[in-house]
Amino acid sequence: MLIELRDICKIYQMGDMQVRAVCGVTLDVEKGELISIMGPSGSGKSTLMNIIGLLDQPTSGEYWLEGADVAKLDENTLAEIRNRRIGFVFQSYNLLARTTALDNVELPLIYSGTKNRRRKAREALETVGLADRVDHRPNELSGGQQQRVAIARALVNDPDIILADEPTGNLDTKTGLEIIDLFQRLNKERGITILFVTHDSEIADFTRRIIHIRDGAIEHNERVENQRMARDVLTELIAAKEEDAATPSDKELVAVER
Amino acid sequence: MNLYESIRMSFRSLSANKMRSILTMLGIIIGTGAVIALVSVGQGAQAFITEQIQSIGSNLIFVFPGQFDQGGGTRSPASQQPLTLEDAQAIADPMRIPYVAAVAPTVSRSVTVTYRGESRTVPLSGTTPEFEFVRNFPVEAGVFISDSDVARSARVAVLGWQTADTFFGGPEFALGETVRVNNVPFVVVGVLQEKGGQAGFGGGSPDNQIVVPISTAQQRLFASRTATARGRRIDLIYISAVDEASIDRAIEEITWLLRQRRDIPLGASDGFTVASQKDVLGVFEQITGVLTIFLGAIAGISLLVGGIGIMNIMLVSVTERTREIGIRKAVGAKRRDILWQFLIESIVLSIIGGLIGIGFGWTLATIVNTLDAFTTLVSADSVILAVGFSMFVGLFFGIYPASRASNLNPIDALRYE
Ligand SMILES: Nc1ncnc2c1ncn2[C@@H]1O[C@H](COP(=O)(O)OP(=O)(O)OP(=O)(O)O)[C@@H](O)[C@H]1O
Ligand SMILES: [Mg+2]
Repeated sequence: MLIELRDICKIYQMGDMQVRAVCGVTLDVEKGELISIMGPSGSGKSTLMNIIGLLDQPTSGEYWLEGADVAKLDENTLAEIRNRRIGFVFQSYNLLARTTALDNVELPLIYSGTKNRRRKAREALETVGLADRVDHRPNELSGGQQQRVAIARALVNDPDIILADEPTGNLDTKTGLEIIDLFQRLNKERGITILFVTHDSEIADFTRRIIHIRDGAIEHNERVENQRMARDVLTELIAAKEEDAATPSDKELVAVER
Repeated sequence: MNLYESIRMSFRSLSANKMRSILTMLGIIIGTGAVIALVSVGQGAQAFITEQIQSIGSNLIFVFPGQFDQGGGTRSPASQQPLTLEDAQAIADPMRIPYVAAVAPTVSRSVTVTYRGESRTVPLSGTTPEFEFVRNFPVEAGVFISDSDVARSARVAVLGWQTADTFFGGPEFALGETVRVNNVPFVVVGVLQEKGGQAGFGGGSPDNQIVVPISTAQQRLFASRTATARGRRIDLIYISAVDEASIDRAIEEITWLLRQRRDIPLGASDGFTVASQKDVLGVFEQITGVLTIFLGAIAGISLLVGGIGIMNIMLVSVTERTREIGIRKAVGAKRRDILWQFLIESIVLSIIGGLIGIGFGWTLATIVNTLDAFTTLVSADSVILAVGFSMFVGLFFGIYPASRASNLNPIDALRYE
């Protein structure tokens, strides 16, 4: 088992009130799974992802990562796991301001001491379709482009696990599908375990398992019977577009008559 | 991540945030520069006064009426007696005090010198030929006053370099001319060498002065004010000791001799002061020392202001930087990596800021110096103090918040507000 969560809780103390962002979550994730997490806003999805991504500590419960008790790992080991084994895409991107897309993507490589960093960072940006935006700073990029830089940064160090908090939230259907297609390929070809949060049930259908979360707890685990492939949907979409282009629209006909 | 990577990372971060880097550096520059410039004024004044007093003459001893320190003895009528020419002659007697090389009794007053309708107020010294040696005033043109001038109460005068220049346009043109001193005609027989410097010790510059025979001054210029029961009153006696080692002995003997001549009872205060150049220097050094401390305090305040500036910039950017640290930690930076980056950033800013600050302070000191208002002196102490303090502030406020932030969970750092 890759990830084992046992009765995980994250409770925030707000004055007299206790906010149970996540509570009683027990979850097993096997190596090579592709999972989507769904749930209403404020249900604790991000909180759970942060805990899985070793960015935050649970208030109670156990987290075993590849058989190791995470609570017993020291700071440096956690940093190394975050660096080499986990690629995390934040809901709010969290890019370094005033730093180019390329430099942002390069960052994990610096901390892992990898060689050929520029080339690898450039390739990761190409993968997410941003080859022409490498020298742009976050404030010179659209929301969707920033999201893709964040995805490139998560991919760049060849992680074993990718955790993505709403990676398609700011993307149009086609670009979103391309990212999901990328995830599906990484999952299938390289065996990378991927968990991502989405609000879109159609997007969730591209995974094999959907975890429904409500009020900080898992409501149910749903097995997807007919997993769809993003590639197929993309091909259909492109075919439909070409058809559109072949038959001129009414407007254009009017223009020609004049 | 190795050191080289950390250094590159720091430079990248500094150049990505130019405004922040410049503002931080500005705090260090102002702090360092202000301290160096201000302290240089105080220390310059000290050096200037020391030089001035040393140029007055070598192994010099002053005797003047009155006493700074009245403590100890009781006052007696004997203590109130003025200094006289006869006192000076007694001191000059080598049979009595062997440590004395030369004695120059002096009457000094402010007088009006007139030449062809133009007049100036200058300090006058009525004295003896020994004055030239004791006070170290060699003549540039002509001769100094002579013993026979004193014996005859001759109406001859020796002019300071500046006085000769103002009235005659040069030392050589002054010789043989007649000037009026308080309306009494005097023939100029000599002109002193230029001493340079600004207004110095004893009122007015030595270059402005006029020197006449003491007898002439007493009898023809200030007759009513110099005659006393005990003889002809004088204002000041300049004495040159034979060498530096005998100064203290000479002072002791002079004091004893003068007390004896006045019949001052045991235990009563002197009523006069015998001081060496060093004593006078000490008094002035105390004064300039206070000045330096005062300027140093102002400088300290500017350091503090500069320090608060640095601190402010650092703390204002803490939110942003804490988020940055969160991002770096999230993608795998270790605490060590973060600390190295911030340490190097702070060192780079402090060193560059410190160097510019030294240049800035130095330039300021040099400008003030050329303005002729003050003499300035940049000392190693002030440079080390200023740079040291600014660096400390820069390093502390650069590293401390970073160290705290790097202890946070990545998520807590990212949420920091
Ligand atoms: N630092 C915090 N302090 C207090 N409460 C918090 C904190 N972080 C999250 N919460 C609370 O925990 C709950 C879960 O938050 P979380 O961000 O995990 O929701 P989410 O499912 O990701 O929502 P969304 O779909 O809007 O992103 C929310 O009710 C939120 O108010
Ligand atoms: Mg969320």
